[in-house]
Amino acid sequence: MSNETVIHSLPDTASTHDIEPDGHHGHHKESFITKYIFSQDHKMICKQFLITGMIWAIIGGLFSVLFRLQLGYPDQTFPFLEDFLGKWAKGGRIEPEFYYALVTMHGTILVFFVLTQGLSGTFANFLIPLQVGARDMASPFMNMLSYWFFFASSVVLLSSMFIETGPASGGWTSYPPLSALGDASLGSNTGMDLWLIGMALFVVSSLLGGLNYIATILNMRTKGMSMTRVPLTIWAIFFTAILGVLSFPVLLSGFILLLFDRHAGTSFYLSDIYIGSTFKALPNEGGSAILYQHLFWFLGHPEVYIIILPAMGLVSEVMSVNARKPIFGYMAMVGSLFAITVLAFLVWAHHMFVSGLNPFLGSVFVLLTLLIAVPSAIKVFNWLTTLWRGNLRFTPGMLFAIGFVSMFISGGLTGIFLGNSTIDLHLHDTYFVVAHFHIVMGVSAFFGMFAGIYHWFPKMFGRYLNNTMAYIHFWVTLAGAYLIFWPMHYEGLAGMPRRYYDFSPWVSFNNFQGLNRFISIVSIIVFAVQLLFVFNFFYSVFKGRKVKTQNPWGANTLEWTTPINPGHGNWVGEIPEVHRWAYDYGKEGREFVPQTEPVGANEQKH
Amino acid sequence: MESVVNRPSAQRKRIHPYKFILWVAMGSIVMMFAGLTSAYIVKSNQPKWIMLDLPVIFSYSTAVIILSSITIQIALKEFKERKIALYRNMLALTFVLGVLFIFLQLLGFNQLWSSGITLRGAGAAPFMYVIFGLHGLHVVGGIIALLIIFIKAFSRRNRSYDPISIEVASTYWHFVDALWIYLFIFFMWIQ
Repeated sequence: MSNETVIHSLPDTASTHDIEPDGHHGHHKESFITKYIFSQDHKMICKQFLITGMIWAIIGGLFSVLFRLQLGYPDQTFPFLEDFLGKWAKGGRIEPEFYYALVTMHGTILVFFVLTQGLSGTFANFLIPLQVGARDMASPFMNMLSYWFFFASSVVLLSSMFIETGPASGGWTSYPPLSALGDASLGSNTGMDLWLIGMALFVVSSLLGGLNYIATILNMRTKGMSMTRVPLTIWAIFFTAILGVLSFPVLLSGFILLLFDRHAGTSFYLSDIYIGSTFKALPNEGGSAILYQHLFWFLGHPEVYIIILPAMGLVSEVMSVNARKPIFGYMAMVGSLFAITVLAFLVWAHHMFVSGLNPFLGSVFVLLTLLIAVPSAIKVFNWLTTLWRGNLRFTPGMLFAIGFVSMFISGGLTGIFLGNSTIDLHLHDTYFVVAHFHIVMGVSAFFGMFAGIYHWFPKMFGRYLNNTMAYIHFWVTLAGAYLIFWPMHYEGLAGMPRRYYDFSPWVSFNNFQGLNRFISIVSIIVFAVQLLFVFNFFYSVFKGRKVKTQNPWGANTLEWTTPINPGHGNWVGEIPEVHRWAYDYGKEGREFVPQTEPVGANEQKH
Repeated sequence: MESVVNRPSAQRKRIHPYKFILWVAMGSIVMMFAGLTSAYIVKSNQPKWIMLDLPVIFSYSTAVIILSSITIQIALKEFKERKIALYRNMLALTFVLGVLFIFLQLLGFNQLWSSGITLRGAGAAPFMYVIFGLHGLHVVGGIIALLIIFIKAFSRRNRSYDPISIEVASTYWHFVDALWIYLFIFFMWIQ
């Protein structure tokens, strides 16, 4: 490093010193508790989020296998289920109440606990300081609190599965009046309260995290790292955090009103409706259940972008590194992320076309919804043109990145059907919707997450994942995801409703029985392959092939300039200075040019 | 030496990350109350809406919280001028005014409740209890922060001239003040 750079970078490191007097350099003694449990190191917090998220993913995935057993084999019994689930599976057949609890928990766990905090928490924590060149987050303490609030909310939600009346069972959206009245269903009792408390803690966790992510990205970048030079992962996480910070509080206010309706006798959502189980009308008056839907979906729609944006960022980065080409249309990528962020707040009512929404208002929401196709298409175009004539290296991370694009296209196209209110009237609450959002949001986000894990695992643990297991994982998951969700489109178009316990009394859907069984078998296989990935993960943490070089993928970004196993504080000396954007691949005859390399005299500048 | 000389200017140019976090957090809190007040507007257009007259006690609490905003601003100024005795007094006064505000709010709740306006039924009252209550919780958070700073101001071991914590606390305090004025006017005008 030249003399000049040393002098210039000094004030920067000095100011970081000022802000966190205790955070770094690693020469203070660390006990087991401060290193692994109440850690303030962003890299350890990332691993905590990742492993908690993986445990949740196994639980949530197992739940889907259980209810797929019911859907695939409604006429058969599985005695082993009674051994595990007791009264919830009397005689080896899942009870209807428990079926709804399983569906509800599957949704809650996967949407919030895995794909929101498991995904954002992991990669925001890991990549923000490493890729923008900071020693840690703006507030490492808040960052630690964010994880522990997540842990507390996990404990609360998990505990709700072991109470007598069972966990919440009103769907992951928890619409009132079902969720507001204990008499409405078994799961609407204590289980619903625990769900609400768990979700409130979850909102606090995600706000604490989000505030930190935004502040770190905007304030803690190293010298030379202007916003137009940061990798797309950082832009994606930045917009994700903004979405979360602006929409989660609204969800929280909706939950607070729901808690009041449940326990204080208010009438925010409840009116004088007649309850079948008690043969009485409620004493409430003037409440509106639709109000909850507005408050919920004002978060709920941004939430699906909170899930998919980080995956998009990870895919952009992994794809560019492994195509050995600059990402196509960097500014278009940033612009489309921004457009998605803005539109995310303007489309929530497309979840409510059948709620009695004014058709004129509906048509406005149709227009805004279909507008999202524009930035989405820009992104897909840019990914495909990044691949076009690239020097592709099919690492497992790259395969998952390409798989993400495939999934995002397939799932995105059905979004155009559903975004039209006229078609939605027919397709609402059918398996078509299930197929759509599982492909475009669920599987896609998982593919993005897997791409990230396979790509950054060497940086996280200093070892590689096993490639053979990784390739089996990829191909089975890709084929399996299509085999599970593709047939659901046909079922949905035929009108088969979602969330139903048993279709066998319904003659018009009897011809789908074989298809349902097929889907169930594939989902069991795919679940087993995810367990293979989990095995690969934990095996490789301890026994994987060791990383020998600092920059195994030949990537440009800053995290690969740190030691192979970075300590708290990330860089041993000063934080490196940045001279160029993150995507100088295949430039002027060189395979890659790291961001820290000064721009040469005859070189075109970015 | 270079770094020591450069440090203040490098610091001045950028906003302190904690302050920035606070600004984003305030945006987040605004969204929460925007959600609640827009729910109020939506519901106020529906039939059976019962209006609510705020008791006069809430005007007193408004005066108290505005006053406390002034005192914390003076405290911040005294701190920056290193007049520590005055600073402690003003901080203590702000703390007392904050507690008084909460007390007046509870008094107002009590007065309404005993006049038969409870959480039951439709109308503005349940919203008032929830929204003012949540605002009160945010003020309590500010009071706790003030208490911590107050204890620190008397600590002999730890004499700090770093204004960041009192700056963050005063900004937050002005924010809950402004939030209250918004809510107060909202409930007076939109019925």
